[in-house]
Amino acid sequence: MADTGRLFAVLAAFDTPERLVEAVRAVRAQGFAQVDAFTPFPVKGLEEALAFRDNRVPAAMLIGGIVGAAGGFLMQVGTNLDYPLRIGGRPLIAVPAFMMITFELMVLGAVLAALAMMFMANRLPRLHHPVFDADGFDLSADDRFYLAILADDHFDRNEAGRALAALGPDAIIDVRERPRS
Amino acid sequence: MNARLNAADRVLRLPPRFPAPRAWWICFGFALSLLGLFLASVAWLFGHGPGIWGNNIPVGWGFPIANYIWWLGIGHAGTLISAMLLLMGQGWRNSLNRFAEAMTLFAVTCAGLYPILHLGRPWLFYWMAPYFNTMNVWPQFKSPLTWDFFAVLTYLIVSTLFWYIGIIPDLAAARDRARKMRWKIFFGLGALGWRGQATHWARWQQAYRLTAAIAVPLVVSVHSEISLLFAAGPVPGWVSTVFPPYFVLGAAFSGFAVVSMLTVWLRWMLGLHTLVTLRHLNMLGCLLLATGMMTAYGYAAEMFTAAYAGGKEAETLFDRFVGPYAWSYWGAILFNFVPLQLLWWRRWRVRPILLFLIGLSATIGMWMERYMLLVSSLYRDWLESSTGTFHPTFWDWSLFAGTIGLFLTLFLLFVRFLPVISAFEVREEAVDG
Repeated sequence: MADTGRLFAVLAAFDTPERLVEAVRAVRAQGFAQVDAFTPFPVKGLEEALAFRDNRVPAAMLIGGIVGAAGGFLMQVGTNLDYPLRIGGRPLIAVPAFMMITFELMVLGAVLAALAMMFMANRLPRLHHPVFDADGFDLSADDRFYLAILADDHFDRNEAGRALAALGPDAIIDVRERPRS
Repeated sequence: MNARLNAADRVLRLPPRFPAPRAWWICFGFALSLLGLFLASVAWLFGHGPGIWGNNIPVGWGFPIANYIWWLGIGHAGTLISAMLLLMGQGWRNSLNRFAEAMTLFAVTCAGLYPILHLGRPWLFYWMAPYFNTMNVWPQFKSPLTWDFFAVLTYLIVSTLFWYIGIIPDLAAARDRARKMRWKIFFGLGALGWRGQATHWARWQQAYRLTAAIAVPLVVSVHSEISLLFAAGPVPGWVSTVFPPYFVLGAAFSGFAVVSMLTVWLRWMLGLHTLVTLRHLNMLGCLLLATGMMTAYGYAAEMFTAAYAGGKEAETLFDRFVGPYAWSYWGAILFNFVPLQLLWWRRWRVRPILLFLIGLSATIGMWMERYMLLVSSLYRDWLESSTGTFHPTFWDWSLFAGTIGLFLTLFLLFVRFLPVISAFEVREEAVDG
């Protein structure tokens, strides 16, 4: 544990998801904006409590699907025009026959875009994160649900600490970034 | 609730402290020996060409394509059980989805190898992809064979990604649970720095559910497309509009059969009785029965349309009943649908051994069905000169056994090194419920 690095966040540990959600509501009602949580599995109601609104993943999926479908269809049209095989007077641009590949590439484009956006918006992958240094941080535990007040420019450690202590958590932990050596 | 939480915790500890090393090594040795057979068969094939197989005109499609469809069909059940039941909010799927999806990956791997090996010059398989080339030609996009390339490739990529983003949170939990540094590094690299942040979970859920929602129609499209390899050809016994749904249901049936076998086996080997309960066996039995009876309906519909069409269609149908390949037709009926009827009773559904044996029977039956559909339609063409029976050779069988070895090797490595059950979803369900 480095005690010298810049403060990243103050964590408060709770033992049940219900207490965590209540605590998130309480802290946000006191005006803290940079609130997040760390949980071992998705907790119902936490998104609403954090007022999380981010539709970039569905939007990326829609755009990826459209690009994939259009790309797939135009690829087939283009190659058929580039090297026309006129067989038995059948149409060169046979739309029904092109639909299978159009559909498959729509799915591929949609999924790749959605997952790429999920990773980018989450800033993953990364090898290390300050929260891994927090005492007792363990995603395999069922009784550790962390509320985090993230440090920003106007952050006051004592104010945040008092607000968290008032909620009666199991522990309050300072998370510091590792000093660059 | 606590029993399930403890069991979920145990799943995370399975790789570092594997409970059944001896059983695992016995299975793995068996799998490796079959894998050796696979490598030998492929080496022999590369040296001597597809002439080592029984494929010949008029039966040019023999084992490789029958096995390809069989493997791909098995794969579909993993996606269905995971994605469809996730969307329908069926929490019991959490005990099955992880290894069912792993089964999908490995079955699709085996499936994808077959058409490539079946090419006379497998090293030129990339000619199926459209790329700018000095020959100035493109793939024939009006051919089901080209659709196939895109369908299987998309399916392999999407099912791999779906499985992987599903396992990331468990890898993170296993990383934090592990004591030894080498396990921490192994799981930590796989977890990609996952830290369970609430905003990450929210985006993860969006991505996971949307991928699941699009994976279900993908499964239907992929296997419908496979059926068009047959249904789009002017061959009596193949050209039929009933094929796409009939193939999709048959695929789900054979896949649920293999999922049942793997469930019974893993439950016994790893002692997963708390997570994989009799309820799960019961549900699997119901799924197997339902998809099996739908497949039986497909048989009836196919029979009816052929008889109704008359002519060459009806001739092929009657030839399947009494011709030289009647064993594969009646074998498919016998293995697919006769033992299956026991599953109408709950008493038999919750007997693990019995469920395993019925799954095995359906797996064999569905293989016979693919063999029957291919060979009995091809061996007698319109011309007398195009008549010839198909006889599989040693190398046909050895490559088939070899792909089973490849599947088992990959699956056993998965069982040994990764969390086989979705622990975080089990915990979520236990805490919520």
